[in-house]
Amino acid sequence: MIRHRGYLVLALVAILAVALLPAANLDAQGKGTIKIATQSPLSGGQAALGEGIKLGAQLAVEKFKGTLEKQGFKVELVPFDDQAKPDVGVANAKNIIADKDILTVIGHLNSGVAIPSSEVYKEVSLAMISPANTNPVVTDRGYPNVNRVCGRDDVQGVVGSEFAHATMKAKSVYIVHDKTPYGQGVAEFFKADAEKKGIKILGFEGTEEKSNFDPIVTPMKAKNPDVIYFGGIYDQAAPFFKQSREKGVKGKFFGPDGMDSSDLTKIAGKAVVGMYYTSAAGPASELPRAKAFVEEFKKKFGKNPEPYAAEAYDAATIALKGIEAAAKGGKMPSREDVATAVRKTKLPNGITGDIEFDGKGDRKKALYFVLQVASDDPGKWGNNKIVKQLAIAAPAAPVAPKK
Amino acid sequence: MDVELLIGIFPQVLLDGIILGFMYALIALGYTMVYGVLEFINFAHSEIFIFGAFVGVEVLLGLKSIGLLDGLPWPLVLVLVLVAGMAASGLLAVTVERVAYRPLRGAPRLIPLISAIGISFFLQDLIRLVESLWRNAFNLVYPTMDVLNLRFELSETIDVSVKSLVVIGGALLMLWALHLIVNRTKVGTAIRAVAEDQAAASLMGIDVNRIISLTFLIGGAMGGAAGVLFGVQYGLINPYSGFIPGLKAFTAAVLGGIGNIPGAMVGGLVLGLLEAFAAAYLSLLTGGAFGAEYKDILAFSILILILIFRPKGLLGEVVRERA
Repeated sequence: MIRHRGYLVLALVAILAVALLPAANLDAQGKGTIKIATQSPLSGGQAALGEGIKLGAQLAVEKFKGTLEKQGFKVELVPFDDQAKPDVGVANAKNIIADKDILTVIGHLNSGVAIPSSEVYKEVSLAMISPANTNPVVTDRGYPNVNRVCGRDDVQGVVGSEFAHATMKAKSVYIVHDKTPYGQGVAEFFKADAEKKGIKILGFEGTEEKSNFDPIVTPMKAKNPDVIYFGGIYDQAAPFFKQSREKGVKGKFFGPDGMDSSDLTKIAGKAVVGMYYTSAAGPASELPRAKAFVEEFKKKFGKNPEPYAAEAYDAATIALKGIEAAAKGGKMPSREDVATAVRKTKLPNGITGDIEFDGKGDRKKALYFVLQVASDDPGKWGNNKIVKQLAIAAPAAPVAPKK
Repeated sequence: MDVELLIGIFPQVLLDGIILGFMYALIALGYTMVYGVLEFINFAHSEIFIFGAFVGVEVLLGLKSIGLLDGLPWPLVLVLVLVAGMAASGLLAVTVERVAYRPLRGAPRLIPLISAIGISFFLQDLIRLVESLWRNAFNLVYPTMDVLNLRFELSETIDVSVKSLVVIGGALLMLWALHLIVNRTKVGTAIRAVAEDQAAASLMGIDVNRIISLTFLIGGAMGGAAGVLFGVQYGLINPYSGFIPGLKAFTAAVLGGIGNIPGAMVGGLVLGLLEAFAAAYLSLLTGGAFGAEYKDILAFSILILILIFRPKGLLGEVVRERA
């Protein structure tokens, strides 16, 4: 046994040596490598959106890395797969902070993953720019390194209830959520404001179920709500909506930006045609400055950009600008310097509009949309029409969610 | 409390529960039959179940791509898909037994159990890998056949879809066929003999290894059928969909008395009904304090109570008698 252990140690040392060699070689050339990490689900049920975030960031890095490379830096994008799971996101975050070359993180998709992971980034003041995390807690903690280019759920929930009240003329609503900080959070904001407006809340149910929604649908159908709101993400919402229609539920479907993926129609088909959803990210095809981005994205990756790809593109652009500002004089900047510079960076020509952060890392004026699903063909997801568009400033004082 | 509503949804919840219960019963058979002959829990059975669902969806998508899905009469399509799913899952179960369990036959009991858990992870990720390469998809959608979605509206709150009738009919057919095989045929007698005493059975001229393979084949085929019915009923599967239903079905097998075939059926039905009623009535009865999310807690609490008073399960455990 003892001899075996000796071999094991030897083998480990050999593996370590081999692993460390190329890294040492790279650092010897030029001034070093600057890495930008992405963290989003690249596998599993939400991979369509996560992949879009990675590719959007990749496109921006390839396009704007020139300035830094002229100064002698090597610029790389390192994608991480957080699998939409908090534990995986945190484990990746620990790997990320251990790699000294990583100066910013673009991510995540899920607020429930972003919140614990950003606690890790904060330890080393590593800048995080989120393209998609809408839960208020993300920025309300007031961390100097955490920013986002999208809107917030306390606003999005209200945009939703306002629309349900004024346009959909809902008298009663049934709310289902996915028990994550994102889904439950936005559902609670929707509920609180809907109650204020006098809409009757017929039910408020949380579920982690992915396939069998019978137990929720049966009582829901009996209560016959005007509107059914799903606070969560499309991979759960789609089978829920589909089974609801199949069981004869007549209410109109509604949801937050988690619905915004072509996979919603791929799974639910005709059941979701005509449904409304709110979003903190307009379809890239409808954003006036994003035309070139859409073209380039299609040419390079052979598909339409999913929602949040354009936001990830802007986030990565800001990351590079922040690093450039911090690297004045051609020195390798520290993580603190980058985080400070990112917070100050303004992007007057962002493809999703003008971007500027307020004191806690929220976008000063974020855009909110209400969209309508146009067709049951997933290829035509980009044709979804904007029904309503609003630019709303982030609330200054934190509005804490109930939970 | 809205009593009218409580009574109004009762038949619909009963129907939901029966469908779920039959699904659990079919899966539970795989656990219980293997336990009966080997006294070992085949934890890879949940993946064998979902593998059937994947083969089923592939057959349906294949038929759709060559335009036969609407061309063939729908009962024929269903039978085709069921047979394909059953064959695939049955063969997979036999292969798993041959590769991962038979070499460990003489080893202490925990060893094949660990092997089974390993196989379960292996199969999950293998299915995920193949589907990602082949379709670049994680969630697969069962193509809808319009006939199956037809509904008979019996009242305001109750309607029965063709789909649920098909699922119940299919499950009943499977259970009846299994009953005939186990109790009325020579092979069934051999299976029961091996379950009772392997050494004596082999002295009577029964090829024990062949019977064990056959047990896996039948148990796997039942799982595959359940997989196809699961896909048809709920419409969406992913490589990890099998895990939770598998766990519940295993519980159902224990509830009914592990190793006991009618026990697995009863256990599955009881668990399915408990779950459906807990989910639908919990929030109605508690005024929203406890939502449907607490269904498993309620269902499993009742389960623990039953097992405290009947530790061998509802119909009693079937354990080999040792001389």
